[in-house]
Amino acid sequence: MESLEQIKARAEAAIPGAKIDIVPNLGPANQPSLLIDNEHAPAIAKFLRDDPTLRLDFCSNVTGVDWLDRVTKKTVKVKKVVEGEEKEVNEPIEERIPGYLEAVYHLFSMAHKHGPITIRMRTRDRGEGARLPSLTPVWRSAEFQEREIFDLYGIRFDGHPDLRRILMWDEFEDHPMRKDYVQPDDFEWEPTPHDDVLARAKQHYAPRPAEQELRPS
Amino acid sequence: MSATVQTLEAMERPPVTMSSRLEGELLEVSMGPQHPSTHGVFRMNVTLDGEIVRKLKPVFGYLHRNHEQIGEQTTYLGSMPYTDRLDYFCSMSNNWAYALSVEKLAGIEVPERAEYLRVILAELTRLQNHASLLGFLLSDMGAWGTPLMYAFREREKILDLFESLAGSRMMCDYMRFGGCRVDADDNWLAGARKIVDRFPKFLDEFEELILGNEIVIARTQNVGKLSADLAISAGITGPMLRACGVNYDVRKVDGYGFYPRFKFRIPLGEHGDTYDRLMMRALEMRESVEILKQALAQIQPGAIVNPKAKIRAFRPPVGEAYGRIEAPKGELGFYLISDGGPNPYRYRVRPPSFINLTVLEDLCLGHTVADVMVILGSVDIVMGEVDR
Repeated sequence: MESLEQIKARAEAAIPGAKIDIVPNLGPANQPSLLIDNEHAPAIAKFLRDDPTLRLDFCSNVTGVDWLDRVTKKTVKVKKVVEGEEKEVNEPIEERIPGYLEAVYHLFSMAHKHGPITIRMRTRDRGEGARLPSLTPVWRSAEFQEREIFDLYGIRFDGHPDLRRILMWDEFEDHPMRKDYVQPDDFEWEPTPHDDVLARAKQHYAPRPAEQELRPS
Repeated sequence: MSATVQTLEAMERPPVTMSSRLEGELLEVSMGPQHPSTHGVFRMNVTLDGEIVRKLKPVFGYLHRNHEQIGEQTTYLGSMPYTDRLDYFCSMSNNWAYALSVEKLAGIEVPERAEYLRVILAELTRLQNHASLLGFLLSDMGAWGTPLMYAFREREKILDLFESLAGSRMMCDYMRFGGCRVDADDNWLAGARKIVDRFPKFLDEFEELILGNEIVIARTQNVGKLSADLAISAGITGPMLRACGVNYDVRKVDGYGFYPRFKFRIPLGEHGDTYDRLMMRALEMRESVEILKQALAQIQPGAIVNPKAKIRAFRPPVGEAYGRIEAPKGELGFYLISDGGPNPYRYRVRPPSFINLTVLEDLCLGHTVADVMVILGSVDIVMGEVDR
């Protein structure tokens, strides 16, 4: 099979404006992946599926990954005027890397029996910008798995035919696979009473004036 | 000023006649989650036109316990017993898929005897899974009890083997990273040989009992046809894919374990209907028996676990890995991301029976309600794996 560099070069030549980066994998498994840009993702996916030498017609695994905001510390040499003299001083700086959500697709070829090729897409941020183009029109097997990512990670897939919650119930509000998900205090009575339900519950259990008078002192 | 109170009687309603109820009115039925043929707690919202299915939406999540998040909160080894509960019929193959992925992630070699033991146990698992699937499928068709009991008789023998080796019938927790937990002695291997040698006799009997049966043929042939193109696009794997005539078996393609050392064939279907899916299981059992005979003849004494594999303070290097095996239900994969810590940063299960359900609606459209149960039975699902 071709190397990832060759695939990247051919795909970028075939689709004008497409941008593909290679994400290295340092572990012993040595499965590096292709980071494809969101705008051209369906076109790149179609290219990977239909190209006669690749024929990645089998999208095996689709999943999400949550990467939180990170702060990395670096030391940088800075020129400073110390006591009237210009000196080079090591100064620690903090670099803030904003968090994002990631969708990872593992592709194989049933025609040529090779693989896996891993492609991934990243969202702009973890809030409102958590949107990605859906690849379900290219590979049908992504249908339920993208719904699962939407359910558990909260990535909205534009162009998905039927984007609903799949494992959690429809009224559930949070996304339980996110790294900053907080579990409810009380599993027994989930969803816990809140707002008007809580107000009614308090009213119900509040001691009534007549009862207070009847109580022996 | 006058107010008029509109009563129900005053409102104009179309007269209800028998013909307006019968013609073209669709009926929504919720099949499951307590239906005995749904193989667990699984629900389908079916829209019916008379008895014909016009729409079918599967509803999941009754058994959802966020297995993947629990996997991220425990150590790598701590997830091993929990993988038994995914597909509780085939705990040995679940163990193997997980061990294989972690071995890929950390770069651990497996000794020869352990690989042989893994092949033997995975193929025994395939035998008992396929046998009991055929029994359940016949039960769904109305052949109550007898075929299922025939299949369970053979399954019990294999589960006894598992119990004497791993200590538990179904929740085996047998594999370890870089090998297996306990060694099989000669008595155990002799017992396994005995069961494997007698298995073809059971298959002959079973196939004679059911596969030529007129009712089975009438209920399954040309029911739930799946085309090869749709199967590939929808990521169908396992016997369901091979019933459409697509030659794709992870045992042959990846050649994991010691499968390249054994001679076996891949049975392929022609029509992709329920009968082909049923036959696929029967034929695969015969090939599994062939693999088992070769493996039990070739196995040599030796170490069963790699001494370099760490058990305590096991921290794989930073990286990610996707490993997969051919489980009895299809391609079972594990995707792991390590950040160098004692537990995985991301732990993902690729459940074959969940993804095989993608085409359930396409298979059932235009068939009757009674056929839905047969089609669902031939997909072979286990809810522990579908909902995770």
